[in-house]
Amino acid sequence: MIIARVLGNVVSTIKHPAYGGTKLMSVQPIRPNGENLGSSTLAVDTIGAGAGETVLVLRQGAASAQVLGIDFPPIRSVIVGIVDSIDRC
Amino acid sequence: MFLGTVVGQVVATRKHASLKGHRLLVVQPIDHARIPTASPIIAVDTVSVGTGETVYWVSAREAPNALPGADTPIDAAIVGIVDTINV
Repeated sequence: MIIARVLGNVVSTIKHPAYGGTKLMSVQPIRPNGENLGSSTLAVDTIGAGAGETVLVLRQGAASAQVLGIDFPPIRSVIVGIVDSIDRC
Repeated sequence: MFLGTVVGQVVATRKHASLKGHRLLVVQPIDHARIPTASPIIAVDTVSVGTGETVYWVSAREAPNALPGADTPIDAAIVGIVDTINV
């Protein structure tokens, strides 16, 4: 998993059936100190994350299938948690 | 998954049998601000998209899952057309 900041949502009418009923978010991967890490990407939201929140993003299809409860979805990235805080040693 | 802009179409007469009947499009990966992020890739179209449209696409092992049977040898598939990006 990676941590990312939610930038906003993406609206889409025409999509693969596996994306029906899902909420697609634009997320910016970040370092633990909050710096941006690479380019923004997309992730399906499963927990109701909002813009500006720091989230945990899963980036593996088999695990996403388990989270979404569908077999072999064409979905790779899923938001699975909202980060409260990051304690660094 | 990533955002992208469809910038062209690839025509290939000779290809792997399982690729027959699929449209191959040239996609420029972009970020939320529509700034290009990487070199263009070739993706299979599953949503009948046109040139110039903003789409999202999935890569790697999850790309074949966008097609029936989930075993077509592809590494990128367009899975949706973007209406708006609200950031």
